[in-house]
Amino acid sequence: MAVVRADLGACQGYANCMTDAADYFDIDDDGVVVVLRSTVTDEHRARVEEAVRSCPVNALVVEDKDPS
Amino acid sequence: MTVVIVGASIAGVRTAQALRGAGYDDRVVLVGAEPELPYDKPPLSKALLAGSTDVDRVRLLTAPDAVAAGIELRLGSAAVALDPAARVVTLADGARISYNQLVVATGVAARPSQWGDPPGLHLLRSMDDCLRLRAALVPGTHLVVVGGGFIGAEVAATARGLGLDVTVVDPLPVPTGRIVGHKVGTHLTAMHAEHGVTTRFGTGVEAVEPAGNGLRVRLTDGSVLDAGCVVVGIGAVPNDGWLGSSGLLVRDGLVCDEFCRAVHRDDVYGVGDIARWYHPRHREHRRVEHWTNAVEQAAVVAHNITHGDAPRPYAPVEYVWSDQYDWKIQICGHPAGDEPAVVVGEPGRARPFAALYASHDETLAAAVTVNWPRAQVACRRGLRTDTPVAHVATQLAEMHRRLVERTPA
Repeated sequence: MAVVRADLGACQGYANCMTDAADYFDIDDDGVVVVLRSTVTDEHRARVEEAVRSCPVNALVVEDKDPS
Repeated sequence: MTVVIVGASIAGVRTAQALRGAGYDDRVVLVGAEPELPYDKPPLSKALLAGSTDVDRVRLLTAPDAVAAGIELRLGSAAVALDPAARVVTLADGARISYNQLVVATGVAARPSQWGDPPGLHLLRSMDDCLRLRAALVPGTHLVVVGGGFIGAEVAATARGLGLDVTVVDPLPVPTGRIVGHKVGTHLTAMHAEHGVTTRFGTGVEAVEPAGNGLRVRLTDGSVLDAGCVVVGIGAVPNDGWLGSSGLLVRDGLVCDEFCRAVHRDDVYGVGDIARWYHPRHREHRRVEHWTNAVEQAAVVAHNITHGDAPRPYAPVEYVWSDQYDWKIQICGHPAGDEPAVVVGEPGRARPFAALYASHDETLAAAVTVNWPRAQVACRRGLRTDTPVAHVATQLAEMHRRLVERTPA
């Protein structure tokens, strides 16, 4: 399992993350990303990482979940 | 097995990363012409040029990143020749690199100045270009930008923000009109004046000459502009010269099929600005110079390299953005210079608006939004699903009503 985090200050509303992962990300009325679910399943990880790499301002990161 | 990727900008770097994401665990070599670690290009006309970010913050890949991902960096020597039969790439330093699969990601170069190269005249494409230009953007200097497209407009906006006097020159009366149509283009044109930038649109450049410590720009209407610095931003040309002797089909870019494979060469792929691939949505070959296209195409190329028996066609919805002054301009689809069928919101003064363009069958063909990312999301989705323009317009009108209620003018 992994978690995805968003840097709301960095987000510029380019919304590339929603192309392939609209089940994880949305954009609000102010044009800032909303993380719909932060826990990334192993099955979705490659797709969410693709979405993370599609962010022009590196506002997203996927990290391994702390086992604690 | 070795995948060699030639070109270390966004398309090349993302292809290398996506290969790892797709489970490819053999050798990946990334060849870059510049000695620099890979860096991102959009900030070169904006934050990096303004000095509000620094070089280390625009890296696409650090040396430790590359080691961690098992990406061999071969930087500082450009590819100069390709022998597809022998599967060998030759670099400028004489090195020969063998591959099993090759990814061509050499991108584009700034179109050269037609007015020579006097000191003080700048092009903007590389990190070096950006840092040289940044040093020349001294407050109070008069900057003349030749070219009123997106790069020219971004440079003008950045320089104005730094306190320079800026004039933008373009032979077209409405420079962005051939992309977004006359109506929307006129609003984009007006934005310059609102921010204190002078425009000389509908006027060409005759000559750029050294004059004292600066430059003299002679325009086609006979007038003369004295400039401390000149930036020429008149488009880009594919870096495809190194493929000249390869026998691959090159026609303003590397010609590829819908799977992004070079014609008659299943072991050579094109990705990013250099690739002229068969776009299934448009049923013709297209070459797209957008950041998002490079990233999305990289993912498809990586998939197709690792799933040779089940390749995916690449049929993206085009998307590009440009940040100028306080305007965030986002475009999806291909407006092709048409006039919009519907405009939602009131253009001007940095308020949110959207212009929707229709196909022959009245489905959404393209959309331009300003300062309204959420509307752009709806439009990109509408494009992917061939939604009627009227339906998207209704949806945006409702969103706009909510927006206006929330933030009274």
